Amino acid sequence: MNEQDTDGTVTKRFMVVNRKAPHGTVYALEVLEMVLISAMFDQDVHVAFLDDGVWQLRRGQMPGVLEMKDFSKTYRALEGYGVEKIYVEGESLAERGLSEQDLVIPVEVIARADMARLMDGMDVVLTA
Amino acid sequence: MKFAILVNEGPFNHQAVDTAYQFARAALARGHEVLRVFFYYDGVHNAHRHSAPQADERNIVTRWSKLAEEHSVDLAVCVAAGLRRGVTEAVIAPGFRITGLGQLIEAGIDADRTMVFGD
Repeated sequence: MNEQDTDGTVTKRFMVVNRKAPHGTVYALEVLEMVLISAMFDQDVHVAFLDDGVWQLRRGQMPGVLEMKDFSKTYRALEGYGVEKIYVEGESLAERGLSEQDLVIPVEVIARADMARLMDGMDVVLTA
Repeated sequence: MKFAILVNEGPFNHQAVDTAYQFARAALARGHEVLRVFFYYDGVHNAHRHSAPQADERNIVTRWSKLAEEHSVDLAVCVAAGLRRGVTEAVIAPGFRITGLGQLIEAGIDADRTMVFGD
């Protein structure tokens, strides 16, 4: 589980779970802010997309027509923040007729059962 | 055990708020610690001191304030989420404070368990 570094600081395994579509509710936008902040705390950050959350990574979004901000571009910046552990649930993609090629960033697609195991190994799971 | 609590929903709109409150009360009654309750998304409305429900209804805002007063629970409201919704220093109820999202991550690091309440 969490480990104590030599300088006494604690590094925990954080997972931010995205389960909602990018628009329709504000959750996806504000979750992204949570991811960016958690990256600044030198924690072991994991980001997961499942259920309708996989739509957040869909290429070719045009939320501007709805006067909504297109924050799908921000996912591409995650790597620059040191957030590299990005997981997408394969079943959630398949159920929505999506594949890895439809997504704005390269991700690790994992099976639902593996997602459950991964989550189980986390110290802190933040969801919305 | 040390708990951190994240409240993701608005008061009256969603039972998650009540469940979070009842959970905090129950944990404290059992001798556990509640390090911080962090209010995010519409959860920031929990801090609004102008909330005035009818007399026969539970008063969610004053209930949180009382919890803070009785148990020194830190009621932290996200500044960015608050600004979007007009929940600023000027309108927050006693016991609440406006702070950054970093305080949620910090609570997650310091607590033994982080509980998330919301959809």
